[in-house]
Amino acid sequence: MGGEAVPGVGGRLLGLDGLEALVRALRDRSYRVIGPTVRDGAIVYDDVASLADLPRGWTDEQDGGTYRLRRRDDEALFGYAVGPHSWKQFLFPPQTLLMRVRRTDNGDLQMRDATTEEEAPRLAFLAARACDLHAVAIQDRVFLQRGAQDPTYATRRENAFIVAVNCGEPAGTCFCVSMGTGPRAEGGFDLALTEVLDGDGHRFVVEVGTEQGAEVLAELPSRQARTADREAADAVVASTAARMGRHMDTDGIKDLLYRNYEHPRWDEVASRCLSCTNCTMVCPTCFCSTVEDATDLTGQYAERSRVWDSCFTLDHSEMGGGHVRSSNRSRYRQWMTHKLATWIDQFDTSGCVGCGRCITWCPVGIDITEELQAIRDTDGG
Amino acid sequence: MESTSLEQLLAEYEFFGALGPADLALIAGCGRNEHFDAGGFLFRQGQQADRFYLVRAGRVALEIEAPGRGSLVIDTVETGGIVGISWIFPPYRWQFDARASEPVRAVGFDAACLRQKADDDPRLGYELMKSFAGVMAQRMQSARVRLLDLYSDVRTG
Amino acid sequence: MFAPAEALAPMVPRPFRVAARWPETRGVVTLALEPVDGPPLGFAPGQFTMLYAFGVGEVPISISGRQDGQVLQTIREVGAVTRALCAAEPGEVLGARGPFGSDWALHAAQGRDVVVVAGGLGVAPLRPAIRGLVADRERYGRISVLVGARSPDDLLFLDELRALADDPGLHVATTVDHAEPAWEGPVGVVPELIPDAPFDPSTAIALVCGPEVMMRFTAEALLDRGVPAERILVSMERNMKCAIGHCGHCQFGPEFICRDGPIFPYERIRRLIAVREV
Repeated sequence: MGGEAVPGVGGRLLGLDGLEALVRALRDRSYRVIGPTVRDGAIVYDDVASLADLPRGWTDEQDGGTYRLRRRDDEALFGYAVGPHSWKQFLFPPQTLLMRVRRTDNGDLQMRDATTEEEAPRLAFLAARACDLHAVAIQDRVFLQRGAQDPTYATRRENAFIVAVNCGEPAGTCFCVSMGTGPRAEGGFDLALTEVLDGDGHRFVVEVGTEQGAEVLAELPSRQARTADREAADAVVASTAARMGRHMDTDGIKDLLYRNYEHPRWDEVASRCLSCTNCTMVCPTCFCSTVEDATDLTGQYAERSRVWDSCFTLDHSEMGGGHVRSSNRSRYRQWMTHKLATWIDQFDTSGCVGCGRCITWCPVGIDITEELQAIRDTDGG
Repeated sequence: MESTSLEQLLAEYEFFGALGPADLALIAGCGRNEHFDAGGFLFRQGQQADRFYLVRAGRVALEIEAPGRGSLVIDTVETGGIVGISWIFPPYRWQFDARASEPVRAVGFDAACLRQKADDDPRLGYELMKSFAGVMAQRMQSARVRLLDLYSDVRTG
Repeated sequence: MFAPAEALAPMVPRPFRVAARWPETRGVVTLALEPVDGPPLGFAPGQFTMLYAFGVGEVPISISGRQDGQVLQTIREVGAVTRALCAAEPGEVLGARGPFGSDWALHAAQGRDVVVVAGGLGVAPLRPAIRGLVADRERYGRISVLVGARSPDDLLFLDELRALADDPGLHVATTVDHAEPAWEGPVGVVPELIPDAPFDPSTAIALVCGPEVMMRFTAEALLDRGVPAERILVSMERNMKCAIGHCGHCQFGPEFICRDGPIFPYERIRRLIAVREV
């Protein structure tokens, strides 16, 4: 029997065997299961064949410009926050071939859509966090707009099966609570799990999000979740919410930034920012890309690709031989004002989900929450 | 001089719009109607700036000639406009050629006459200065914007 | 209004053949493009396409007119892609995506005086509007066309401009930054032509296109004359890659120039246009 989708209340319980069965069931359904795994000293998203690939017993320590893995004193499978990867790279790949063009002998151009050449992958995201699910929903608004849908994104998105995990361990740079994006996943998943590890064993309280999720769950060895299990799961989430590493006051944030385009803080942060573009690469909502056209050596065949880009590059705002945003100051201001303010006018939501990645992966530790507070503290400059 | 009809005429132009009838009469006393054929010069660069003009009809081109480049028109004054600023400040010398692009009817004002009247009545002098300052500001603004050369190609290669 | 037919492949151009090529002023060329197959490219005045030069790249180019099922596009050579486009000879096949963007909304100008102010290459995206206004002039009030250029040699579409100037039903004025004496017209900046243009500011609509600084000064001059900011339309420009609101390059504050613009009421962008490096 499938569980009812009762929000906030998990109906079923999975053990480790059930979770292993989930991975197998998804692979049997021809999904490429992608989940957290340890590689190169970080927890990244990559292919997961079984639970053995998960970062069992690992946790992360994160702060401005700092990321370390540390062993836990338990065997939790999901006892960490988010690493440098997000689900963005799977739905909106860093490089996508858009078009092939052949120039015939009589000069005609045969232009072919390259995005439909390969079958769109069927991806299962294992252990997607609430902040990242919000990020996916935000990118849906970008790429699935009325009148202009990105075909690559659309098919991958439609095919994706999402298993969310409600966070049990926040990191030092997390502020999902401030942004209203976690730690509990409220939607956007097929199944959501909360890991509970206590005297009653290592188990996962399951919440069903979709019919598809229910169908998969029905194949797995699960049992009814007791009240105690559900309460334990709620406690895990509550504990996470109470231990946020950062905080952002979003009150009137749009107008605050709109009236502070000339705030001296922009100069201050620009003196530290290296324009390295790390923040835009790790940010799960950043969507800038560029288009690259190139021919082969024969000159008769050309390809067009879409490639990730960043507003921190000088060329991003190239125009008429110069650049609109030639100063570092203007580029940092563009990124932060876009993320926290203009995004709201564009997409009816903040662009920030409070995942903290930009803080962790900034080589000089620039903290978006600190920058916002600094401007708020001296509003008007 | 046709002072009376001249002061009625001056009252119709925006440039003199702020002046009362008594002031207009004073100014008109320094003025007279003039006419230039198309191509005729109102004044030449380097000459004594001994008058200025209110253009009643036609267009006046301010030009400068550079050897090898020919003549360049760097400004035009349309109907209702004022030609000549250099009469206000020493050394009272014209900086440009002023040439009628088409037949021009103008009122020419004797500079020494007006300077004297302004010295005698500083209040009138102040009113005149305000009006001329407005013309100078507008011309400077126009020149500055054109200095930006906004229409030119910016990129090479 | 024509919407890109290949919604499934919005980044793949349609092939268009160069039917004719006219060198205009220095560094500026107009191409007439006809589809290799399929329907002609429909557009509304003010819109643009992304023109593709095989293997070199794509740039946004204003549509400057239409003739016999062909679309006219006026290009100024400023870099690698535009150089390739300007060099395209009749018979050569290019790619075009679009049309994109907001238009001059002539329907909103019906019954009103219209002031068209064009600076430099800005006359290109305004030409379809001018042609539309003149062709249906009984729908509109008094029509003024004010044009500015660097010098007389840089005036675009000069023959067409002369014909408009000879039309007794239109007010046409042209100014240049500097000229040789053979030029008998005004020398100065375009806003200086506004005081003599016949329009009722309480109801008129202004269509303005040119370098951004020129549009700022023109808008201020129109505001001084009493035209409200919501009835001054300007055409903005930024770097464009996708033209469909996905790549993020053309952002101007919250506006995606490719999709929310390029044509905006001045009211909407007035605050932003005053901020440096936005």
